[in-house]
Amino acid sequence: MFGADFPILSTIIFLPLAGVVILLTVPGTKKVIINIVTASAGFLSLILTFIIYSRFDENTAGYQFAERYYWLREYGISFHIGVDGISLILITLSAILSLLAVISSFKSITERYKEYMITLLVLQTGMTGVFAAMDMFLFFIFWEVILIPMFILIAIWGGKERIYASIKFFIFTLFGSTMMLISIIYLAYLSKAEFGYISYDFTDIFRLNIVPGIQLVLFMAFALSFAVKVPLFPFHTWLPDAHTEAPAAGSVILAGVLLKMGTYGFLRFNLPLFPHAAIVMAPYMIALSITGIIYGALMAMVQPDVKKLVAYSSVSHMGFIMLGIFSLNSEGMTGAVLQMINHGVSTGMLFLLVGMIYDRRHTRLIADYGGIAKTVPVFAVFFMIAALSSIGLPGMNGFIGEIMIMTGGFMVKPLYGIIAAGGVILSAVYMLWMYQRVMFGPITLDVNKTIIDLDLRERFILIPLVILIFWIGIYPQPLITKYKKSVQVILQVYDNPRTQGGSNAEGEGK
Amino acid sequence: MNVLDYTWLIILAPFAGFLINGLFGKYLSGRTVGLIGSFAPLISFIISSMIFIKFTGTDPHPPFEVEIFTWFAAGKIHVPVAYLFDTLSLVMIMVVTGVGTIIHFYSIGYMKGETGIARYFAYLNLFIFFMLNLVLADNLILMFLGWEGVGLCSYLLIGYYYETGYAPAAGLKAFIVNRIGDMGFLIGIFLVVANFGTVHFGELSSIVSTGPVNTALMTGITLMFFAGATGKSAQIPLYIWLPDAMAGPTPVSALIHAATMVTAGVYMITRLNFLYVLAPASMAAVAVAGGATALFAATIGIMQMDIKKVLAYSTISQLGYMFMAVGVGAFSAGIFHLVTHAFFKALLFLGSGSVIYALHHEQDMRGMGGLMKKLPVTFFTFLTGTLAISGTPFFSGFFSKDEILWRVYNYNFYLWCAGLLAAAITSFYMFRLVFLTFSGKPRFHEHDNHTIHESPVIMTIPLVILAVLSVAAGALGIPHILDMFHTGNIFEHFLARSVADTAVTVYGNNTEWMITGISVAAALTGFLAAFKIYWKNRYVPGDDSTITGLKKVIYNKYYVDELYRHTIISGTISFSKTVYRYFDILIIDGLVNGTGRVILRTGERMRSMQTGVVHDYMFSMILGVTLLLMYILADKFL
Repeated sequence: MFGADFPILSTIIFLPLAGVVILLTVPGTKKVIINIVTASAGFLSLILTFIIYSRFDENTAGYQFAERYYWLREYGISFHIGVDGISLILITLSAILSLLAVISSFKSITERYKEYMITLLVLQTGMTGVFAAMDMFLFFIFWEVILIPMFILIAIWGGKERIYASIKFFIFTLFGSTMMLISIIYLAYLSKAEFGYISYDFTDIFRLNIVPGIQLVLFMAFALSFAVKVPLFPFHTWLPDAHTEAPAAGSVILAGVLLKMGTYGFLRFNLPLFPHAAIVMAPYMIALSITGIIYGALMAMVQPDVKKLVAYSSVSHMGFIMLGIFSLNSEGMTGAVLQMINHGVSTGMLFLLVGMIYDRRHTRLIADYGGIAKTVPVFAVFFMIAALSSIGLPGMNGFIGEIMIMTGGFMVKPLYGIIAAGGVILSAVYMLWMYQRVMFGPITLDVNKTIIDLDLRERFILIPLVILIFWIGIYPQPLITKYKKSVQVILQVYDNPRTQGGSNAEGEGK
Repeated sequence: MNVLDYTWLIILAPFAGFLINGLFGKYLSGRTVGLIGSFAPLISFIISSMIFIKFTGTDPHPPFEVEIFTWFAAGKIHVPVAYLFDTLSLVMIMVVTGVGTIIHFYSIGYMKGETGIARYFAYLNLFIFFMLNLVLADNLILMFLGWEGVGLCSYLLIGYYYETGYAPAAGLKAFIVNRIGDMGFLIGIFLVVANFGTVHFGELSSIVSTGPVNTALMTGITLMFFAGATGKSAQIPLYIWLPDAMAGPTPVSALIHAATMVTAGVYMITRLNFLYVLAPASMAAVAVAGGATALFAATIGIMQMDIKKVLAYSTISQLGYMFMAVGVGAFSAGIFHLVTHAFFKALLFLGSGSVIYALHHEQDMRGMGGLMKKLPVTFFTFLTGTLAISGTPFFSGFFSKDEILWRVYNYNFYLWCAGLLAAAITSFYMFRLVFLTFSGKPRFHEHDNHTIHESPVIMTIPLVILAVLSVAAGALGIPHILDMFHTGNIFEHFLARSVADTAVTVYGNNTEWMITGISVAAALTGFLAAFKIYWKNRYVPGDDSTITGLKKVIYNKYYVDELYRHTIISGTISFSKTVYRYFDILIIDGLVNGTGRVILRTGERMRSMQTGVVHDYMFSMILGVTLLLMYILADKFL
């Protein structure tokens, strides 16, 4: 059906927007039609994503399914998209989580329903675009496009403190983006200097020879933007507020996919473009990462609000991913990429679950629960699976990524691995302690005696995530193989002994 | 049919049981659930036995490995799901599936009528599955899967009565304390991967035994793994979770917290013996920690009133013996005690379960007494177990404990003294338990008197089987001075095909006779003291308020829990709260909000540009995106 000429990747990107166009013609009161249109758009792009996933050739390192349309030609900007292994699995994750987020909102959203669905669809286009972009300018546009629907999502459908949270989110991210935009333009300028023409295209930008001094400055500029997104300690304080105030689906997308844009940025730009700077900066990046692992976990431990707890746990988990990336070895980076998926699945599921229980009790405070495992046994099972997956229990997804990251970190410096392993203890403390206070013990509040258990739709949303948790936990190798080559390509520069060996090495890029 | 082609079924049968009961158990009757749950490990046991038989005889089968698939691989890490069958792992799976099956059947009776019986059996099967992975794994990371997996099942089963406040709290404590130990296990794995590039036991063994020895590295690695062992096997300083774990159903205590899971640390050190023998300092640390735990836990056992708590401290103490044994290089003696202990301690727990069952969940011995005639089978089997653990000659515990004490005597005199003293105390608190529970006048409510009767057959048959094993298992490990039939130490020879003992014997036969005599005398002393106080004088401890002085300190377990609570736990929490309040909110957030306010104020002035209607924003956004899209399409197609 989809031949080699069919622009399958851009179809995946713009299918949600097609959904938006249809939705604009539907009156806001026709909820069923809105549901059908939104879910079909999500479902179709998911199917297409599966098709590229299965057709993706894992034996070649290059970009696949590439499409290139000239756009602002005189400025060297083109609509150039394609996927390597890392983009591929992140796009797949986005497609899965987007569809689940849409279905999860069928009942919990009551106001401005149509606009809400439009926002989710626009988000999906943006996310897919970010991971598929092969042009710096295009990347930046998609990156910024996401900011707006996310801002709107929090500001309109958020909780009590939504305005504060949304503005904080906006300021933080915008602050980072500005630095990135300047750097991107500077890179294009460099391509003019080196090749004689302006180009924002990856194929040109990645061939640039950048002197170490400039590398360092550009590295910092990009890093700032990405670090806010990740978020890396100490740029994290927007996250707990944004998460807590966002509607459940917003938190799922935010934690599941948006944070990965930050780590993706580091992998896609900082490491290949500025290897010299990356080697110099790696110890500092790692220092912040492992601080974040412990810091996030300790903060999660003392949160009275379940959603804030999960949000701080994300700070800790994202610290793991950053540690893996800046270990600059195969073990750490392979683990980091896998952990990007794992965190999306586990934390996405946790946020979905918190949203489901919030729909019933309209509170997120741990103290308002207690003993509800008796009233909602099915919820209890799903919640336990998500919690255990999040704390990295072997046999589930999180373990595979974490152990590879920790080993990678340990091989750089034993202390890195040891501190990260400390984070593993703390994750059990905050997650299971929360679980115990929410689910176990005697029921102290009468309202908790009559909570209704998960319905069929909700179970249907959670089951795919459970399957992913165990599939990745038990048989992750096919997934790892999908992106193995792409990680090798990034590491090539660092395997070269000339560029290795710390700050005194004479690294000069490619 | 070659049984070796069906090794995977050993692992898969309990997992299938878990899936069936876990997914469909709520639609099945309690009896069906129990039978499915019990037959699953029985299948594993039958296949294990058939393989075991192939490993015995004059032409034994050599060790072999079965690789199922590659779990994950990147860089230096390559982890297959592969199982190793050698004499060591076979001994372990025989114990796990054998004792496991017995306890599953016992549970059918014990858990009858409980709600959530499907959950119970599902978790129990899952436990067997993970335990088999732990002992059969041919590499460190798969072993870690089993290691954490059994911890999970332990957590879930301790918290089985989740509607109470204390059971889930005890489960949480167990999980977290174990994770602290697991950090050591993980660091051990990192060190091994970073330095040797493999996690496979066989490869690792050949690398370290051929290459130059880095003693400092070996000591570091082995101490890290031992840290893991102190968590799982409840040794000082991480033993504190095991007594609380008694909040779980009694068969769980028998299976997980006595016979199998808690011995995983001993197994792990034995499995990694090739690393430990290169690190004498670690071996010494293991031996000393074991000896200290054996004595320390035994003293706490003297003062406990809860029948299961006595057994819990006894388990900690007996595990200490096993660590002493492996620490002095007597690996086979350690594993032998692991096996005999699995029989008699499972027996004692199931016996106490039978008592608790009869008394409708009374666990305080001050509310028992005089049960000898009411529960004859329970009494006689329990007595057998007590005689075994006390080291009565020709009971299994005698052979295994004596072997350890003899080996330790050859290693270090003071360590032997600790072991000996612990043996005397063991005998004392065990007979104290027997007398308080079964002799004297009944102290339970009068109206309970005629409702109390012996447990059903499904519970007493397991007791009888275990009692027989508690006596007979000793025959497998007869020390050479008592070897009248010249069979040799069968167990030691069998295990020697996997693990070579390094313990050195410096004293001769006469000394061994003397040491044996002293051990028996010590056990006898403990028995006589208990006999005088609790049988002749009919002493019964009073209420908690009457316990004072040193007794109170011991009764309260030397306040170690309180020490941890007031230092590490409350310290971490108040530190985190302070950081959250003053650093996260005040400093970082303060900076951001300061910036934000400036921007907001600027924004106020530009307000006229914005309508504040979401529709407008959405419209302009979509318009913009659509225009871009059209531009692209136009560029392509026109």
